Amino acid sequence: MNVIAQGSGKVFADPDADKARAFFRKKNRKLVSKLMTVKEAVEKFVHDGDYLCIGGFGANRIPAAVCHEILRQGRKNMAFAGHTSTHDFQILCAGEVFNRLDVAYIVGLEARGLSVGARRYMESGKVEVSEWTNYSLSVRFKAAAAGVSFYPARNMMGTDTFKYSGAKIIECPFTGTKYTAMPAIYPDVSALHVHEADIYGNCRIRGITVSDLDVARASKHLIITCERLISNEEIRREPSLTVIPYWCVDAVCEVPYGSYPGNMYGEYFSDEDHLREWLKVEENPEEFKKFLDKNIYSCKNHFEYIEKNGGLERLQVLRQKEMMFTGARS
Amino acid sequence: MADYNVMELMICTAARELEDGASVGVGTGAPCAAAMLAQKLYSPSLTILFEAGGAAPLIPEMPISVGDSRTTWKAIMASGMCEIMETACRGLLDYTFLGGAQIDMYGNLNSTRIGPDHQKPKVRFPGSGGANDFASFCWRMMVMTPQDPKRFAEKCQFITTPGWLEGGDSRAKSGLPLGAGPYKIITNMAVMDFEPESKRMRIIAINPGYSEKDVQDNCGFELLKAKNIVENKPPTVEELTILREQVDPYRYVIGR
Repeated sequence: MNVIAQGSGKVFADPDADKARAFFRKKNRKLVSKLMTVKEAVEKFVHDGDYLCIGGFGANRIPAAVCHEILRQGRKNMAFAGHTSTHDFQILCAGEVFNRLDVAYIVGLEARGLSVGARRYMESGKVEVSEWTNYSLSVRFKAAAAGVSFYPARNMMGTDTFKYSGAKIIECPFTGTKYTAMPAIYPDVSALHVHEADIYGNCRIRGITVSDLDVARASKHLIITCERLISNEEIRREPSLTVIPYWCVDAVCEVPYGSYPGNMYGEYFSDEDHLREWLKVEENPEEFKKFLDKNIYSCKNHFEYIEKNGGLERLQVLRQKEMMFTGARS
Repeated sequence: MADYNVMELMICTAARELEDGASVGVGTGAPCAAAMLAQKLYSPSLTILFEAGGAAPLIPEMPISVGDSRTTWKAIMASGMCEIMETACRGLLDYTFLGGAQIDMYGNLNSTRIGPDHQKPKVRFPGSGGANDFASFCWRMMVMTPQDPKRFAEKCQFITTPGWLEGGDSRAKSGLPLGAGPYKIITNMAVMDFEPESKRMRIIAINPGYSEKDVQDNCGFELLKAKNIVENKPPTVEELTILREQVDPYRYVIGR
């Protein structure tokens, strides 16, 4: 196929579909319990140098406990998909976890403002970046989920985003239309937070799914944290609710309030006070270090983190906000 | 005449652009406020879509994130990124509102970096997010932004999101979907569109209290001028009442 133009950015994940097939051929398809702690899941499936993807949308339905555990275990030199990443990105920057980055949305927390800590890391020169867009990374996961090596899209052309990406412009063999060929990403490991899962990894999600259904299928290893475990009988009672099947999943960890301080659809709203405190404290590196010690490094698990930030009483307030019994900013 | 601030003026101006039956892809903040105001006042069947997957909600209060649960409150569908962007790519999304640290005379936007070294930027911004996608696919892209000569730059240090690229037919030649592109730029001082041949930014309306000179003095490049520049209508009492009492009662956006 004729390549009309190509970006100068690096492609950090191998898009080769046959190599991915060879990997997936060996992946366990047995219906066995994958129940473990977050600590065990990160020890087992997250390695230095791996390509990592975090599901959800920044501070909505994120596997916060996994992000914290990655810092506690001191993972380094990872590649990361900066796809709709906001608070998750802020956490990973604090641990300087990655040094290669596919950028779609980073350093900001949307309307809440920019993270000084994330900016400091991104402006340090320690991170090698390729530029993309949110949809571009979505279709890169979609290509991998489909078991192919690229996906044609109609964005990025004519811009510097394309010039600094690893994409190529090609011509449609049927119509001659130009397309941006987006190389598949098969992440080494991804983590998603879902509403319900059984011990085998069959998952249910309520609300928006962002790119998670493709990420789940694209990933070589997948860690699921869930608000609550449900029985396999319940999964089989209503299979139309299953959005991720067990054969994609390597670890299932029950982490109630696992998206905290992020929003969880139908369960609890984001803790805007805590997120504001986080943004503010980053301005002072010494204070930020103490803040991280308190909230991540000295915590045994997600329960302890939540306890330190208001515990059950705080969660009740966030639950009332989510249900619109009270306004989000009241 | 009612008292109003700059943000209220821009939101009310933007809301009037969104006709009933249209569809719009929005982010948080002012664009969302404009879409909500339009839906409550002029365009009850305005379809509002959020890039993370929220489709046609009846937004109860201003979302904080384009993926938070307010974006699916009483919605038609809770979907995902591909569903929304593919809807736009098929040609079903009429409008989008975007912004950036810099905008040039062709409506190209920079939300990526300041400084020449891409691997070690002086200032790193979020990057495209869904902006490049919406700007590539939505028929009419609009920008709501305060106007100053640094933001309205001769040249963007990085083109994150396509406007009319280098003007003329450069966008059509680039391979981006035909017929889509920047439509209107709404600032605290004026409303601009793009001259159809050159695709250069052009003043079409000026806000009360400002002159053509103010607009040009606060722009880093030469603006074209429409034959009949009109005075932009200030917000009405009705617009302001709904904006303040129903759309943004906590003054989250209009209090900025």
